[in-house]
Amino acid sequence: MSTPKTIYDKIWESHIVDTNDDGTTILYIDRHLVHEVTSPQAFEGLRLSGRKVRRPEFTLATADHNVPTADRDKGIADPDSKLQVETLEMNAKENNITYLPMTDKRQGIVHIVGPEQGFTQPGMTIVCGDSHTSTHGAFGALAWGIGTSEVEHTLATQTLVQTKAKNMCIKITGKVIEGVTAKDIVLAIIRKIGTAGGTGYVIEYTGEAIRNLSMEGRMTVCNMSIEAGARAGLISPDETTCEYLRGRPLAPKGEVFEDAVNYWKSLASDEGAHYDSVVEIRADEIIPQITWGTSPEDVVSIDGFVPDPENEKNTDKKKSIERALDYMGLEPNMPVNEIKIDKVFIGSCTNGRIEDLRAVSQIAKGRKVEKGVHAMIVPGSGLVKEQAEKEGLDKIFIEAGFDWRDPGCSMCLAMNADKLQPQERCASTSNRNFEGRQGRGGRTHLMSPQMAAAAAIRGKLTDFRDL
Amino acid sequence: MEKFNKLSGHAIPLRITNVDTDMIIPKQFLKTIKRTGLGEFLFYELRYDQDGNKISSFALNQEQYKDASILIAGKNFGCGSSREHAPWSIADYGIKCIIAPSYADIFYNNCFKNGILPIILDEATVSRLQDSSDSILNFNIDLEKQNITFLENNEKKEISFEIDPAKKKCLLEGLDDIGLTLNKVASIGHFEEGQENEIPWLYGNKLK
Repeated sequence: MSTPKTIYDKIWESHIVDTNDDGTTILYIDRHLVHEVTSPQAFEGLRLSGRKVRRPEFTLATADHNVPTADRDKGIADPDSKLQVETLEMNAKENNITYLPMTDKRQGIVHIVGPEQGFTQPGMTIVCGDSHTSTHGAFGALAWGIGTSEVEHTLATQTLVQTKAKNMCIKITGKVIEGVTAKDIVLAIIRKIGTAGGTGYVIEYTGEAIRNLSMEGRMTVCNMSIEAGARAGLISPDETTCEYLRGRPLAPKGEVFEDAVNYWKSLASDEGAHYDSVVEIRADEIIPQITWGTSPEDVVSIDGFVPDPENEKNTDKKKSIERALDYMGLEPNMPVNEIKIDKVFIGSCTNGRIEDLRAVSQIAKGRKVEKGVHAMIVPGSGLVKEQAEKEGLDKIFIEAGFDWRDPGCSMCLAMNADKLQPQERCASTSNRNFEGRQGRGGRTHLMSPQMAAAAAIRGKLTDFRDL
Repeated sequence: MEKFNKLSGHAIPLRITNVDTDMIIPKQFLKTIKRTGLGEFLFYELRYDQDGNKISSFALNQEQYKDASILIAGKNFGCGSSREHAPWSIADYGIKCIIAPSYADIFYNNCFKNGILPIILDEATVSRLQDSSDSILNFNIDLEKQNITFLENNEKKEISFEIDPAKKKCLLEGLDDIGLTLNKVASIGHFEEGQENEIPWLYGNKLK
């Protein structure tokens, strides 16, 4: 019998094109997502060297970082943003790459568009010049973020030169308690292993609590693999995966779909496969999680307290707690559910899918956003927006006082007009709470959509289960 | 691609752990369609206050580090986004070597594409070098020999470092890795034929 393999081993081995003399591997790339921020210099590189895009049909482009989320009919006001988006459109056209413009209802955040269109499938290698490409790992695809030089390499050769990472297994055992979401699971993971815990590894998420997640939830977990330091995170495909893909525009059809299902299911990690590192977390120990500081590992449960640097023995850690407290404008030992907020951002490639919006609508229904709080909801794609409106969620949001907007990355990284003012505090469903991430001097607390919605209603961080 | 072999220069100590790419180059500077000219925005929000005035306590603004070409940083340097604007801004500023206990994966990889040598040393050594960076006039970095040499209290010191041989070669020779891969274009074509036979649904399906 052959050696048992992890899904990562299997995908890696099935994509080896050649091995270089120095021991690196030329790995085939099945699919390439392209957005406006990290691609212009790559296309320029191709032009300068007279190279062509090898497989335009394996490449999909859309603008997401710079697009406005209101008054779209007026176009993009910022001239630099406008130029970057127009440059992508021109590069796509010149190279025969499918481009979804702002006016196409399928436009949205690349990591939401790929899965929606069936562009993302199990067993594939997928790259994008964006660290949250790890999202696609939810399908059992090996997906990771790359820099612009590698975007150019992929465009020109449909391969990348890689060294294999190590295997890490993160097992979430048992069932989560009611109201605990995929976001809480992944924040609890980062809290445990730290932002460098996954460096050098590809993480595979396993266990009952992961199996029980919808595809949307699995995408939330895999999305933040990068915040745990891992380039890629994945979940072995199962029935949930296959059912999500059935009928998607780019998914195989008819009999071929059944062939594909058999192939996809064969990718699951084998019993007894070797992992270089194994981490176990009990699902029933997780309650809603939030971040208090400026690193995604600064996580605390909603019934917890802001840490006290005096309790930290390690000098580096103590210094970074002090720096974070100062930046965040928080006092040590205060209960986190007393932290007042000014803004709420619901959206991003972490939590901008239909399931997230449905969860928010449950909280918002019949309630009102606290006076003085501005709470925006930014769907992850035009199709998410359309579906939400079909279900009447938009009416619930607007009635409750939320600002219902057009799709894009928006205030997750504030490259468009949506940003925090200095010292403004935000309850956010995004993935990074770095200094200045949502606007210079802005203070970000990461949490689930339910928790962000509850913060909007109460005007402070709060356990949504107490509403 | 830029080569890296030897470097002699001053070092800037940056005593912050988990320096993320948003800190290295904030998003408002990512709207460029060029690779060049980002050096003046490196660490922008640490270097300048909200009115655009220099923050004098920040190392990059201090006279003694004016011509530094080495950065000595805290662990998990370069975490966060995949933006290659981070190494572009570092190289454009004039820093060609970083010394830190660890790096985030994508950033580390991006350095090699831009002629920057990211050296990994243990935390205690990095901390010691940060403390003595003011008194050491020149760090001599030799990639071929994999060592850092310097004079400290008139004594010659040497610290060696490890680096992956493939990555070392790539920096020493400044190779065009796209060109190298394209030399194997026949293997790529062969792979595609095999894959199309085995997984035919991956081929011939394009979004309209």
